[in-house]
Amino acid sequence: MAPPDLHRFTLDNGLRVVFAPDRNIPVVGVSVHYDVGFRSEPEGRTGFAHLFEHLMFQGSESLEKLAHFRHVQSSGGTFNGSTAPDFTDYYEVLPSAALERALFLEADRMRAPRITEENLRNQVDVVKEEIRLNVLNRPYGGFPWIPLPAVLYQTFPNAHNGYGDFTELESATLEDCASFFDSYYSPSNAILTVTGDFEVSAAKDLVAKHFGDVPTRPLPPRPSFAEPPPSGELRHEIEDRLAPVPALAVGYRLPNPQTELDAYLANVVLSGILSDGDASRLQQRMVQHDALVTDVSTSCGLFSPFEARDPDTFTVTAFHPGEVAPDAVLSTLDQELDKLAGTGPDPTELARVTARWTAELHADHDRIISRTLALGAAELLHGRAELISELPARIAAVTAEDVATAAKALRPDSRAVLLIKPAGGAE
Amino acid sequence: MTTTAHRSAAEIGRTAQGPRPLPELAAQAVAEYPAVVDTVLDNGLRVLAVRRPSVPMVELRLRIPFGGNEPTRPATAELLSTALLTGTEGRDRVQLDTDLALLGADFSASVDPERLVIAGSGLSSSLPKLLDILADLLTAPAYDADEVARERDRLVERITVAMAQPGTIARKALQRRRYGDHPFVNEMPDAQDVAEVEVEAVRELHTGFVVPRGAALVIVGDIDPDATIADVQRGLGGWRSETRAVEMAPLPMVTGNDLLLVHRAGAVQSQFRFSAQAVPRTDPRYPALQLANLAFGGYFSSRLVENIREDKGYTYHARSSIEFTGSGATLLVDTDTASEVTAGALLELRYELARLVANPPSKDEVDSVRQYAIGTLLTSTASQAGFASQMAALVGVGLDADWFRGHPGRLAEVTVEQVAEAAMEFFTPTAFTGVIVGDADLLGKRLSAMGGVELP
Repeated sequence: MAPPDLHRFTLDNGLRVVFAPDRNIPVVGVSVHYDVGFRSEPEGRTGFAHLFEHLMFQGSESLEKLAHFRHVQSSGGTFNGSTAPDFTDYYEVLPSAALERALFLEADRMRAPRITEENLRNQVDVVKEEIRLNVLNRPYGGFPWIPLPAVLYQTFPNAHNGYGDFTELESATLEDCASFFDSYYSPSNAILTVTGDFEVSAAKDLVAKHFGDVPTRPLPPRPSFAEPPPSGELRHEIEDRLAPVPALAVGYRLPNPQTELDAYLANVVLSGILSDGDASRLQQRMVQHDALVTDVSTSCGLFSPFEARDPDTFTVTAFHPGEVAPDAVLSTLDQELDKLAGTGPDPTELARVTARWTAELHADHDRIISRTLALGAAELLHGRAELISELPARIAAVTAEDVATAAKALRPDSRAVLLIKPAGGAE
Repeated sequence: MTTTAHRSAAEIGRTAQGPRPLPELAAQAVAEYPAVVDTVLDNGLRVLAVRRPSVPMVELRLRIPFGGNEPTRPATAELLSTALLTGTEGRDRVQLDTDLALLGADFSASVDPERLVIAGSGLSSSLPKLLDILADLLTAPAYDADEVARERDRLVERITVAMAQPGTIARKALQRRRYGDHPFVNEMPDAQDVAEVEVEAVRELHTGFVVPRGAALVIVGDIDPDATIADVQRGLGGWRSETRAVEMAPLPMVTGNDLLLVHRAGAVQSQFRFSAQAVPRTDPRYPALQLANLAFGGYFSSRLVENIREDKGYTYHARSSIEFTGSGATLLVDTDTASEVTAGALLELRYELARLVANPPSKDEVDSVRQYAIGTLLTSTASQAGFASQMAALVGVGLDADWFRGHPGRLAEVTVEQVAEAAMEFFTPTAFTGVIVGDADLLGKRLSAMGGVELP
């Protein structure tokens, strides 16, 4: 994959900046990744990092409430933000004429967000509605990203619900907000990424003009979230009154994505060999041959790969008919992992995964928002935005032995199993 | 929350310099929409090929009109779309997926009461081979009895899961409320109907209705359009039928009606789904309608979102959109709110509809939605996949890429008065019908007392 034309510099206040100009499309993408996610929120304040993400849209010194949205949209742009375990991102895609405006908007809230009691209460209500919509009022809400880590991990940062408990969201104070902002939202804890149709030296001047006087602050040391892998199979069952059929999720620990990237990439390939497409191992065995499950999927990463630091989770999820016992699904999974651990995948399986990954990375790169966010996240987590364009070659270099080793590490005596049991009530 | 000393929220929100002015917009480069090679092959298939070489990929969208009135049609069509990719006469299921994967490719099929769409993408260097596989799917699908039976069982389970989702329940209820028993309401078949579909019926449906005449294939990517047309002629020339793809029967007009409360026991949140008649992109009133809709609830900075989310905190999501259906269009207003604020949200929804008529969008509001509409057309067509999907949708309603080129100009010409006219014509509160899905035991008495709500 052609490497993007990358430019990188750091302002005196510590803000790291990545430029990837592309003059072929008349639009720009702008993102800011802050190096804090829901793993960093304190006990008693579950959901706070995400709630704070909402508050960053509620106005800043130069911008009344609602002004951020209005200025982006009336410039022809779109915006959003998201909270991940290890970072929080904010982004806009706009016609290129609005580049300076987007930089202004991001700088203003990095410098002086306007956090008020009224907006805090309003956004607690909005976040509660978000949780009702995505979790409480639907079957399998939050499955598996909320309940699975609670089984696999023992320490609060890794195990808790990042969406948050209603009571804890309601008890958030302005004092909490101020402390969180001053601790984690310093420019020296952030990465600004700009992609698309702009001229590098002019954009450099604009970045200096708008972000240059954002004051820096000392950062708290980033804690390690490391914890030992489970020493047995940890099993938990949840009753879901809205679910019509059973489901299960299995969580395993992954190699450290920062320090053992090649071993991590072997798991990316393993996931493709297990479940991507009708010719993958689990689709053939569990869906087509044994008819044990309706759907099965695997994922390297709780959401997707390359989006977290250590510890990260390899997940398997399946929906199965009520007459199939969960242990039948689990033992079949173990058999397929044993086979791969014994003899590894064949060359065609490796070629399939490499070709699909390469194509998918091209398609992601073609969407300016995906490109912007991928570069920013790679710079934040790995210190190397160029990792994105190197991935196809590194994926292609993964060998059958590497995949066998990865499969061997997904052991039944060191994993979490979450069972969703239908509990009536569904129509 | 941390041990470091920190400022107060009020101190954080101000600097010595004070508020700063918003930068002006710079000059905007104009989007260049590449030429579209648009032709009809002798088998009746329309092919549109566009060169967009941003990445070495190609996107395909094959759209086949798929109307039909038979009661068994929705279930048969759904099973056809699920089983289509389970193999051909020459490739079993595993071989098919392997052949696609080695080209960096993936195909998917989806069906609704209007059309069948086969969408795909792959490395652009593999386009001729992708077209061979597409031809294989169209002219020699296997519909192997065992594969179809397995997919039928899976589909029954998936429909059961989908029907537990409040969004699906609400959509189904809205369809019935506004269109009665027109075939358009059958977007998701009943599980028991699917369970009765025989493999022979799937094969017959494919032979009779998966036909090139009336269908359109859009190809966008790092390709040479003329060579691509020749590739398609070579690859898909053998796909033939004397019959023509069938358009869905015209929809009746949506007429205003009371809201139907649909009971969902124990629900903690209510789904609002309202609809009224609108006009499609081909109508001269469309640009003004598009802007009126955006100002009402079509983007985040709209009246509806600023009121019920950012002021009241009643919802995470509220939206008004224009749904294009066959030769027509409707307005769709939807939001989800906690049970305890459902009555309040109904009041505000009605208020905002009436306010759009009584107090139509100001010049500032119109300027904002105009820039938004022009800008998002630009950003949404900037990728191969975005361009391909938008092209396929336009072609399905008799338009083409000229519409992209002309639309910014049409939006620029809309006056504030025309937006007010459109608001009056399309947003009359009594022109809407719709449903509220929620716990009727909690909500019924109050909603009924608010008037215009029919209890379950």
